[in-house]
Amino acid sequence: MSTLTGTGHLARLILRRDRIVLPLWVLLLTVLPVSYAGSFLALFPTDAERTAYATGTARNPSVVALLGPVYGDSVGALTAQRGGFLQVIVGLAALLTVVRHTRAEEEAGRRELLGATVLGRYAGLTAALLVTYAASLLLGLLTAAGLAATGLPAAGSLAYGLSAALVGVVFATVGGLAAQLTATAGGARGIAVGALGVAFALRLVGDTSDHGWSSWLSPLGWAPRIRAYAGERWWVLALPVALTVLLAVATYPVSVRRDLGAGVLPSRPGPARAGRMLSGPFGLAWRLHRGQLLGWSMGFGLLGLVLGGAAEAAGRSVAGNAALAQVMARLGGASGLAEAYLGASLGLAGLAAAGYGIQAALRMRSEEAAGRVEPLLATGVHRSAWLASHLVFALLGPVVVLALAGLTTGLTYGLSVGDVPGQLPRMLGAGLAQVPAAWVLAGLAVLLYGLLPRFTATAWAVLAVVVLLGQLGAVLELSQWLLDLSPFTHTPQVLRAGWSATPLLTLTALAGVLCAAGFASFRRRDTPVG
Amino acid sequence: METPIAVTGLVKTFGHTRALDGLDLTVRAGEVHGFLGPNGAGKSTTIRVLLGLLRADAGAVRLLDGDPWRDAVTLHRRLAYVPGDVTLWPQLSGGEVIDLLGRMRGGLDPRRRAELLESFELDPRKKGRTYSKGNRQKVGLVAALASDVELLILDEPTSGLDPLMEEVFQHWIDRARRDGRTVLLSSHILAEVEALCDRVTIIRNGRHVETGTLTELRHLHRTAIDAELAGPVDGLDTLPGVHDLRVDGDRVRFDVDTAALDAALRRLTEIGVRSLVSQPPTLEELFLRHYETPPAAPPAAAPPASTGEGPHAEGPHAEDPHADGPHADSPHADGPTGERPGGAAPGNDRPTGVRR
Repeated sequence: MSTLTGTGHLARLILRRDRIVLPLWVLLLTVLPVSYAGSFLALFPTDAERTAYATGTARNPSVVALLGPVYGDSVGALTAQRGGFLQVIVGLAALLTVVRHTRAEEEAGRRELLGATVLGRYAGLTAALLVTYAASLLLGLLTAAGLAATGLPAAGSLAYGLSAALVGVVFATVGGLAAQLTATAGGARGIAVGALGVAFALRLVGDTSDHGWSSWLSPLGWAPRIRAYAGERWWVLALPVALTVLLAVATYPVSVRRDLGAGVLPSRPGPARAGRMLSGPFGLAWRLHRGQLLGWSMGFGLLGLVLGGAAEAAGRSVAGNAALAQVMARLGGASGLAEAYLGASLGLAGLAAAGYGIQAALRMRSEEAAGRVEPLLATGVHRSAWLASHLVFALLGPVVVLALAGLTTGLTYGLSVGDVPGQLPRMLGAGLAQVPAAWVLAGLAVLLYGLLPRFTATAWAVLAVVVLLGQLGAVLELSQWLLDLSPFTHTPQVLRAGWSATPLLTLTALAGVLCAAGFASFRRRDTPVG
Repeated sequence: METPIAVTGLVKTFGHTRALDGLDLTVRAGEVHGFLGPNGAGKSTTIRVLLGLLRADAGAVRLLDGDPWRDAVTLHRRLAYVPGDVTLWPQLSGGEVIDLLGRMRGGLDPRRRAELLESFELDPRKKGRTYSKGNRQKVGLVAALASDVELLILDEPTSGLDPLMEEVFQHWIDRARRDGRTVLLSSHILAEVEALCDRVTIIRNGRHVETGTLTELRHLHRTAIDAELAGPVDGLDTLPGVHDLRVDGDRVRFDVDTAALDAALRRLTEIGVRSLVSQPPTLEELFLRHYETPPAAPPAAAPPASTGEGPHAEGPHAEDPHADGPHADSPHADGPTGERPGGAAPGNDRPTGVRR
């Protein structure tokens, strides 16, 4: 029996199971860059307008931090930069797909069922990788075709499409390797997403500081350096290909050396008796959430260190640049570009914290679906107490991580401008100002869980819409009432405009109402709902 | 408290599905009560209503003299529940789960916990994700049996246990009964039911079919007779309550209603008996009969039911008099009799039970 026997069957099984999700992310991530090109053509029809935008907004360090560098002021170059963040999402989708079809399957025991049939040793991993590679390449080619169809140069379109595709390919392989290391899908996702975060941080530091070499260490840094629409450097494409080969060479031997169901990192025996902490719903929730809280805290702390450290350099780069000074004035004037950059970055941290809040709240749903709630609610635990035990993490988790991000930002920014005592509380406040908006989304997840447990995934869709409103609102010139739908639109820009209590209190009250409605619905409904 | 569990006319619907359709269930204090029925009959749904996890649509449900939905938390301190598929938190050890569930119920007996771990041969240090199916069940069982509760609600608790552990389980349930606890045991393992249960309730399609001690249930059913006679067989086919009569020379085989047993035996001794094997209905037959027979149709009214009218007519009809050949002289053709020792099962009788 060949080591690859059955790969085709498994690939078809994956396609069948992902017949909705896979086409959805491929199409969405194809349509978005094409829509960027369309909106640039519509918004900046003349060269002069584009040049102003390119030298102003596109070179704004906070934009560069998020999207990557811009090479040139053509519509194509601006589109390629705008699509920079989408590539992070391509990488995320790719690695999640691979983990879902490798380690998650193994953890659920379904892999064992298949492993007993005629199946080669490498078939499972290979099928997951091949399907994700194919989806990434399809995404790249469709994007290239779509961009070329808007009238952009074909070569640049192909370069951009391939750069996106290869980000997907690299992180699919990262997901495959992570899936071999731990025994749980959650752990594998954590490792792979962590690698993506490190790649993003390396690119961010390289692009916004004097240490440009840092971007060359990151697959996310290679993608813009292909310089689509700005004198394509095709050889850069060899870097992600080479990295993919290296990662695969590392992954395959590991995948056969370990046992089915086990990881490379060992799982140790636990205690025979429960500690005193573990005696009620809150003790249990702490055990279930603490790893996640630690992971998010570390991520936010590191992010704050990086952001705060880069801000001063960003502000310095403005000095003596008339065009940027103008932009700076528009962004809020004398307080400086560095602070606008920090405000925007902490706004992004707020979105991520909302994602954490949703994830923590929806932990309840996965507990229920796995059948672990029924035995708990059959003990002397009140439904509300159980819900509250998870709600603590959905609400306080975002507070903790945003406070950490604010503190570390304040620390490094304060060090670089020589004002730690002043900047530490300011940045802490700017981080915490994001909390009420994040609570609204977490509260929505709680309400969905109580009222419509089968549709809890809607919370993620709402977060996606909120992210898109924040990112695209300015580019697409959406009307204000549409932007007002996002709670983050109402978050005061405390660094630029100072505190304003009304929106924060309103958002908090709204979150409170959502949570209370979630409680009330959950107390009335049947459990478990399959 | 006479009846820890009293359910009458319980209805629970999920969308268009009527999972429970006027179910009755009474469990007396101190008894081990078997709760039986085919897959999908509504056993787990009933248990979830009793646990206050599902809200009843209609009917009266009393649990330990309380309302299982409204008084859930206080009632739960007095009972322990083991689901048919215990799922554990992957990162918690078995010992931690046992203690956690025990503490949430209001404490467990550490001596009994240790005893249970030893007799079930369970390693409490392993993490949830590394336990096999049978070991996960053991974690649930140890947590429940180590708690000081009045009522044990067990939903197919021994699925995945090996026969040795099945015996250990029976020992502990016996002990629970001697301690004066009440047990509701949903099970498919007939030997377990026969060994443990004082009374059983059989349900089907969300409805109560029959309740009683196993002796009582057997009493309602037929005894199989296989006899070798001294003379020619006559007069048996005219006796009321005799079914499936088959004559093979001196040998005679038939099923007889318990009420008619005396008269039939008298007739046999009149002819003269050389050998006699009588076999009471096995539990399997009892259950197969209930699992496969439409409960709504009383046997006497059966023949027209075979044309498939009414909501319960989808099953095969053991009563169909035309399916069993010339010997099926009565509409009461019993379930499959293949289980009976001595190879007495008449070949043409078998299809009635296994036609599906």
